[in-house]
Amino acid sequence: MNQFFTYAILTATVASAIQYTTPFLLAALGETIGQRSGVLNLGVDGIMLLGAFGCYYVALETGSDLLGILVGVGIGAVLGLVTAFMSVTLKAQQGISGIGVYIFGLGLSDLLFVRFVGTPVPVSPLPNLNIPLLSHIPAVGRMFFQQNLLVYLAFLFVPATAFILYHTTYGTRVLAVGENPAAADSLGISVPRIRYSTVLFGCMMASLAGATLLLLDGIFQEDLTQSAGFIAVALVYFGAWRPVGVMTGSLLYGIVTAVVLQWKSLGIIPTSAADLAATAPAIVTVLALVALAGRFRQPAALAKPYVRGA
Amino acid sequence: MPSSYQHKEDELKKKSILTRRLLSVLAVPAAMATAIVGAAPSGAAGSMPTLKVALVAPSAVNDLAFTQSMVAALESLKASYNLQIAISDNQFVVSDAANLIRVYASHGYNLVIAHGSQYGSTLQALAPKFPKVSFAWGTAGSTFGQPNIWAYQANSNEGGYVQGYMAGMLSKSHVIGIIGPIDVGDAQLYCDGFKAGVLAEDKSATVHESFTGSFSDVTLMSSAAKAYVADGADVLTGSSQSVVGAIGVAKADHVAWFGTQWSQASLAPSEVVSSQVYNWTPVLVRIIDGIRSGKLGGGTFTITLGNGGEKVALNPHYSLPANVKTEAAKLVSEISTGKLTVPR
Amino acid sequence: MGVLPRYVRLRFGRRFAEPGMEPMTTATELEGLPRAIGPLGWRRFLLSWFALPLSALAALLIGAALILAFGADPVTGYRDLLSGAFGGSYALASTAQKAVPLLLVAVGICVAVRANVWNIGGEGQIVMGALASTAAALALGGLPSFLLLPLVGVTGAVGGALWAGIAGFFKAYFNVNEILSTIMLNLVAVQVMNYLLSGPMVNKAQSFAVTGLIPQTRLLPKGSWLPTIVGGTQLNLGVVIAAGVAVGVYLLLWRTGFGFRLRAVGLSREAASYAGMRVKRTTVYAMVLSGACCGIGGAVLVFGSISHRMVTDGSLTGFTGNDGFNGIVVGLFGGLNPLWCILSAYLFGGLLIGGTAMQGSIGVPTDLVTTIEGLVVVFVVSIDYLRTSVRIQEEAKRLGQREDAAGGSGRSLLVKLARART
Repeated sequence: MNQFFTYAILTATVASAIQYTTPFLLAALGETIGQRSGVLNLGVDGIMLLGAFGCYYVALETGSDLLGILVGVGIGAVLGLVTAFMSVTLKAQQGISGIGVYIFGLGLSDLLFVRFVGTPVPVSPLPNLNIPLLSHIPAVGRMFFQQNLLVYLAFLFVPATAFILYHTTYGTRVLAVGENPAAADSLGISVPRIRYSTVLFGCMMASLAGATLLLLDGIFQEDLTQSAGFIAVALVYFGAWRPVGVMTGSLLYGIVTAVVLQWKSLGIIPTSAADLAATAPAIVTVLALVALAGRFRQPAALAKPYVRGA
Repeated sequence: MPSSYQHKEDELKKKSILTRRLLSVLAVPAAMATAIVGAAPSGAAGSMPTLKVALVAPSAVNDLAFTQSMVAALESLKASYNLQIAISDNQFVVSDAANLIRVYASHGYNLVIAHGSQYGSTLQALAPKFPKVSFAWGTAGSTFGQPNIWAYQANSNEGGYVQGYMAGMLSKSHVIGIIGPIDVGDAQLYCDGFKAGVLAEDKSATVHESFTGSFSDVTLMSSAAKAYVADGADVLTGSSQSVVGAIGVAKADHVAWFGTQWSQASLAPSEVVSSQVYNWTPVLVRIIDGIRSGKLGGGTFTITLGNGGEKVALNPHYSLPANVKTEAAKLVSEISTGKLTVPR
Repeated sequence: MGVLPRYVRLRFGRRFAEPGMEPMTTATELEGLPRAIGPLGWRRFLLSWFALPLSALAALLIGAALILAFGADPVTGYRDLLSGAFGGSYALASTAQKAVPLLLVAVGICVAVRANVWNIGGEGQIVMGALASTAAALALGGLPSFLLLPLVGVTGAVGGALWAGIAGFFKAYFNVNEILSTIMLNLVAVQVMNYLLSGPMVNKAQSFAVTGLIPQTRLLPKGSWLPTIVGGTQLNLGVVIAAGVAVGVYLLLWRTGFGFRLRAVGLSREAASYAGMRVKRTTVYAMVLSGACCGIGGAVLVFGSISHRMVTDGSLTGFTGNDGFNGIVVGLFGGLNPLWCILSAYLFGGLLIGGTAMQGSIGVPTDLVTTIEGLVVVFVVSIDYLRTSVRIQEEAKRLGQREDAAGGSGRSLLVKLARART
């Protein structure tokens, strides 16, 4: 245990935790906005996988990670339109349509990988951007301010989405559509348009999360996400549909995972107990929510397709 | 079919993908006629009747590890031994794989290869029901006393030992990380052999060994690799198809990597020092010869450094110091001749 | 003539409808047929009967294009898919076996979602049911078969029920959203299984065969193996158990007071609570029952297996084969009616089995099959509302024609009435 409490290991663990958290945070924030407007999207994992593959392929062919990220987000936009079309226009039942998208994304991402990538080669990760003054602060600098662009972006999205949701007209409309779409409709707010925009945002965030995960791992493989998208959806509920809450949940999950991993690598957790230790992040998250005993209500119109006149 | 995503460097082979695929296509479940036709000797192939071989594997055919090694061996023998091959990969769910093995066995296949230690109990239950079908199980060392089961395994601890020794010589920080998937089979053998090799070279080296608990989770592998690097490791190794995550970290942080099961040099040309490559061809040859002469099982085969089934393939792009090279070659020859026995 | 179809519809149709949460309805609502007479009836007729198969066909056509792109022959492929799923007694039996856990999870979903609890935890509940029943069989293996089999079934149900009960309890009394808790509990269950199967429950005697220990138990006692009911195939008692559970749950939901309360709570918590029903307790009961069904699925997976052991490979779906998620799809495709779920489970099982057969025969990657499965789900679910909305509009028109004397109520009122009647 002593070897864990060294400067190098502790700071590395926290830094690694923040990196590990980033994909969950991005996907969960996107899903939060979507769910606030009343659309449940369970296909996040499939969209993450397709975004990850798109990023990998482009980064591999062009050598540019940034281009890969852009393409990944573009893929998310396309899938967002499809998801929105299914959920809002066709009013498909949102639970299964999401799972259908998940299965589709799981299959297609690896299918394209197998077809178009000859020998898989790792792509270079994003370089760390050290923030000028802050990264020199003794421990904190190493942990928080020597990360890459996507990590900073993800954490900047938290206050950005909170601001948009609570302090702009658009955000008010989103909240209204999620609580009482009939009332919002009667006020002249276009429910489909709002829902299309939030789902588009959610899916673009999901594919960005996939691209982030890809750049963290360095290479694509079948089922790269290993159900990370579903964990992200679960974290939306943990965060009670508030961006700050979602960030807290993601960080909690990420830190516990990183600590358990580090302990396993250092031998503090013996191999025989490794499986049980791996349950820690999930248990901690559930118990944390039990302790908070949230009285937060979900958006009233969540997962209910809106039909005017019904 | 392996040829539909055969990712070797040989361009010529890529051109003939369609032809190869057409040659190896089979209708599996319903066409009972195929079974009848297949039993008759085909005139074009000469004196050897076609042998129908099915492979059920737990990971993808291009996983640069476990499954790819067997697929490559089968491919190399297909023409000369007149094989008709069907492959079901990604069968990591044991009950589904069991169903597939049963389907293949009941539809006229002569040899069903269950390429995964988790399939053993299935074979133990199924083999008695299909006494005319030959089954092969790997990596494992027991045939359950069944006359129609072959077993094959890899002494991966041998190559592991050699590579571990090399790692001990190469490491400047004397911190070395081993990341295994699950503590079983050839993964465990390899990791144990590697660790023994490191400690034989440098008793005071810090060797971290952990198992991610999954054969397929790339993120866990890459996170474990990062954790080791944070602790100062400058040499890493690991087993299973998920090591691509760890190799990505090795490439990014310029840490040396030793691979196993298949050559992983292409993944990180400047970081991969060497790979222990499995060559299952000698095993397959003996199994197929046995079947053709009427023996459906009962033998156990092991690939070792000595019989050419395993090879420590140095990466030509990695600049290895000459003394390490000679030491490695010496160890290989000592293990091959039996002078040195690697602990299991 | 008009009386008979209406009687049939009222007798067998869904009586509760809720705007927005409308589950999938399958095509054979008998009302479609006589209504075909009349100017716009043909649209509804076509949609009711053909929408689902046509959309599935559209998905399969896209799949054919993908198969072509991989250089294989889609005609042979689909032919082998069909024959692998339904061609011959062996295939039919395999499909039925594959459908068993799907059906059980689907029935669990029927119970849960009808009580408005989204039980995404099928994966974990299957695992827990399997572990509990395996432990019971290993501990009490000496019992004779007629005691051991029911014991195994009961412990499987209890295992799944307890695991789901945790999530239900947290939802009812701590307002922890069940989607969160069930997803997290899935992760926990898999790791617990990995731990138990590599540690306390592992078959230590296998060390002669393999280096290290494969995560599997020792051979389960013969008295606990599910007996084969049709000789020569692998069709075992699990099929009967699953069908029995489906019928039992159907009767429970629509013929008992408990079922009525469950559905009422699902439709409106406030109304049910106002009516004096105990909402929290019913929520927990719904989750417990749902988990019990999934747990029985887990037990069937173990005791109907070919290897007669519980075995996994450490991955998230290595034991369940994603049955927990596929079962959700099956349940929703079955209109949340356990009896229809029997059919949708069988069809979905056929898709899965046939897909694997197709993969092996024409040599396309397994992912192609997964992609096609996803497309089928997406297409079929997308067409459902169109179907329902056209039917509602027809009904509204019909009501409008009857009520024209009463003066024009708003279109929305007609639609509301129409929804209530469908």
